Amino acid sequence: MAEKINLKIDNIAVNIDEGSTILEAAQKINIRIPTLCYHEDLCVAGNCRVCMVEQVGSDRLIPSCAMPVSEGMEIMTNSLKVRSARKQVVELLVSEHRAECTRCYKNGKCELQDLSSEYIVGENGYIDLIPLKGYSIDNFSPSIIKDDSKCIRCQRCVRTCNELQNIGALSVAYKGEHMKISSFYEKPMYEVVCTNCGQCINRCPTGALTEKTYFDEVWSALNSEKKHVVVQTAPAVRIALGEALGMPVGEIVTGKLVAALRRLGFNSVLDTDFTADLTIIEEGNELLQRLKKVLVDGDTSVKLPLTTSCSPGWVKFIEHAFPEYLENVSTAKSPQQMFGALAKTFYAKKIGVEPENMVSISVMPCTAKKYEADRPEMRSSGYKDVDYVLTTRELALMIKQAGIDFSSLPDDEYDSIMGESSGAAVIFGATGGVMEAALRTAYEVVTGREVPFKNLNITAVRGMEDVKEATIKIENVLPEWSFLEGAELKTCVAHGLSNAKKVMEAVRDGKAEYHFIEIMACPGGCLGGGGQPIPTSLAIRKQRSKAIYEEDSLKPIRKSHENPEVIHIYEEFLKEPLGEKSHELLHTHYTKRNRY
Amino acid sequence: MKKKHLQRLDLIFKNEHDTEAILEKTFKRSNDDVINDLISSGLKGRGGAGFPTGLKWKLASEEETEVKYVICNADEGEPGTFKDREILSSVPHKVLAGMAVCARIIGAKKGFIYLRGEYLFLKPQLLEAIDKFHSLLDEMKVDFRVEIFLGSGAYICGEESALFESMEGKRGEPRNKPPFPTAQGYKDKPTVINNVETLAHTYSIFKYGPEKFRDLGIQDSRGSKVFSVSGDTPVPGIYELEFGMSLQKFVDDFADGDAKAVQVGGASGFCVPRKRFDKTVIGYQGKLRGTSLPTGGSMMIFNSSRSMYNVLHNYLDFFVEESCGQCTPCRVGTQQLLLGVEAVKKGEQPSSYLDKLMDLAEAMRITAKCGLGQSVANSFSSIVENFKEEMIY
Repeated sequence: MAEKINLKIDNIAVNIDEGSTILEAAQKINIRIPTLCYHEDLCVAGNCRVCMVEQVGSDRLIPSCAMPVSEGMEIMTNSLKVRSARKQVVELLVSEHRAECTRCYKNGKCELQDLSSEYIVGENGYIDLIPLKGYSIDNFSPSIIKDDSKCIRCQRCVRTCNELQNIGALSVAYKGEHMKISSFYEKPMYEVVCTNCGQCINRCPTGALTEKTYFDEVWSALNSEKKHVVVQTAPAVRIALGEALGMPVGEIVTGKLVAALRRLGFNSVLDTDFTADLTIIEEGNELLQRLKKVLVDGDTSVKLPLTTSCSPGWVKFIEHAFPEYLENVSTAKSPQQMFGALAKTFYAKKIGVEPENMVSISVMPCTAKKYEADRPEMRSSGYKDVDYVLTTRELALMIKQAGIDFSSLPDDEYDSIMGESSGAAVIFGATGGVMEAALRTAYEVVTGREVPFKNLNITAVRGMEDVKEATIKIENVLPEWSFLEGAELKTCVAHGLSNAKKVMEAVRDGKAEYHFIEIMACPGGCLGGGGQPIPTSLAIRKQRSKAIYEEDSLKPIRKSHENPEVIHIYEEFLKEPLGEKSHELLHTHYTKRNRY
Repeated sequence: MKKKHLQRLDLIFKNEHDTEAILEKTFKRSNDDVINDLISSGLKGRGGAGFPTGLKWKLASEEETEVKYVICNADEGEPGTFKDREILSSVPHKVLAGMAVCARIIGAKKGFIYLRGEYLFLKPQLLEAIDKFHSLLDEMKVDFRVEIFLGSGAYICGEESALFESMEGKRGEPRNKPPFPTAQGYKDKPTVINNVETLAHTYSIFKYGPEKFRDLGIQDSRGSKVFSVSGDTPVPGIYELEFGMSLQKFVDDFADGDAKAVQVGGASGFCVPRKRFDKTVIGYQGKLRGTSLPTGGSMMIFNSSRSMYNVLHNYLDFFVEESCGQCTPCRVGTQQLLLGVEAVKKGEQPSSYLDKLMDLAEAMRITAKCGLGQSVANSFSSIVENFKEEMIY
């Protein structure tokens, strides 16, 4: 056990583990020290100098986020010296920040704005540096906008991109007055290894990194009489949207979400969860087919392990970093894109709408989905399968714009045909969820029995551990699957791209033998996606995860293959998993990309 | 009356070639004895910060880690400082001997000389000296090797933790302290990092004993110091002088008779106006009467033909460029100081804006992450305070 340290903060005694920081000690006794570059998901940088405190007997101030506690320390967090220094630091940051707050997407949600309202940066500030800098905005990416003029160089994005995601699309360039956050050769984000995961956006304290918004386009579609606007909502939206609308973290708001979408004027309110179930059928069958080809036919052209393909950040990552493994990625499209392809074909026909008059919108916890919808492969319907992708944050804003009191909305239900879903689809929103959903179905297909876990909960693949492994022994199989008798299905689940990289390196180096790998680009899975409400932290992600599994447990149907609408679409339209129609609409291919 | 000149010393540059004897003698003694000698000699870091050298070695020696490093900081980047270049050119063996003893004491097998990028021309002769030294170590069966690591020109990399980052192939940015280098330095291993001159002084201390070193200087500032004298002087160059001299004596000896200010310690040091020459002593902060000013060795003399506005502008230009850009006070503060003095000079801001800038400089001093940002206030405040009318008119 760690030794305890005694210190005093603002004359209040604190007893805390050795190795803790002053900031943590202050938090323990509910003293708030303002921070900016500090983020609990990231390593300590100590570069913004906002959290400075005074140590009695010491001339210079010390950064509370970076300074470990020591015995007998006496700290003052609100002395005149501290207040005046903090104000200076905030003033300096404001002077290098394009403080056009009323025009900013982050207005009201900006940490620098909060600080400057607390420290009242008056009229007599420092000289505005912005006109001297000649900044330009990088808005070439369909997902991310990078505006250097709002950047305060806290390097949260750099630490996110390098540590948390291990991508390195963002890094620090130049020094002194020219120091900035940049990319390889200062290319636009669109042209570098950026996976569009949006984790940097989730941690940017200002409006320097934001998602590209499409709500104006969506409003026009909604206001156009000729258009039939279809909306799909991803699993992780329903457990996070409430946060952005003043409700507690981890509140399940599925019914209110549906009601709000109807109020906004969407003509069909449908569910990505439906195609999540469909993904399980397609991808599960793909896995079984690959296993058969390898184990029975000895076909060496078929690649194992199979990896999931739902996360567009992960897909772009593997295209850049491990292009030699592209054949291992499931050809099944993500639920968003399966939905888009079916919306403008199957569904359009069902409801008698010409696909050219249909506008297909998705609400996603994700910024990479915007990029995914833009990929040239994603036009199987003959049109752009998904026209516009909104983040959870954008939808929250639209709900506010429409003057809807979200928390008082009565619960409503999704439209039918593509609105029904199972609990297995809901858990797509959490790391390990796709794996669990796939196992619930695949095991039953092969053995004719439910997975041998209490209440179908495969807890080994749940939780926030970096990399999870689970081995499922397959016994007493149905006759047609006799080749799998006694086989051990080895699975692996990773979330966050630095973990993805670890897993792929282990596979490449022959250190890990898996049959099936689930990878989500974002920490915690989609619930921690780059389009989710800000702020994020491990505690918040755990709350959201709890909500997801609760939603699963409450669903009458828990297995994808039991979703009646899924059964129906095979009977009526798709005919069989991996069949001709599936290949046309529900499967895709991948592209090798540069490593830099 | 004939003026009494400052005593010129010849400890560092004395052409002594008894490295083997000194190493043999020192290696025979216990680590504690050698460390105690260093501590009692009063030797402090000659890079400018003035940390007691013996204590630094002692702290690193107490770390229980197999791998440790000795690094010679030869990233001599402070404007107006050029003494390390001379020491490495003429007596590299003294520096190497100091490194070898340090390595022995702390338990390091590997040493580096972090050589300023602009000193590339020194590399061949330094490599030759290192080769020769390695042969000697082989003969003496000492397991220690020295390598040169060439910097790339950033001033900030002279800051010890930024130097480690640079050596590790990362961006040269100072780290949070603690941990200090003696606990976690290069590659997070215990590291002693000493200035070139500091290491050369240890050679003299090993050779002549701590008393001789301690006899020189005053109070907290012991021994001799190598000064780089430049500016308005008829005799620019490198001089080894006793620590603790008054600035008046220095000016009497080195200036052209018209000195209006001396910048002690380079751009990051203090500007002393004529009226304070006799009250200023060159040495580490201690219980001295008047002001004591530490210096890495840079002494820049300005006569009455110089505009102190231009001098300050030049320093600020330098800092704006050489800040690593990591921490707010330094990155933005340096730009604001520069733009601020320009605006006052042009009449775009009232002269009272200088007061705001003085507050800013003070805030930078107490909040910046490393010595660079913290010391911008030194030159800024001392120049603005003493030459305010030159800043305005």
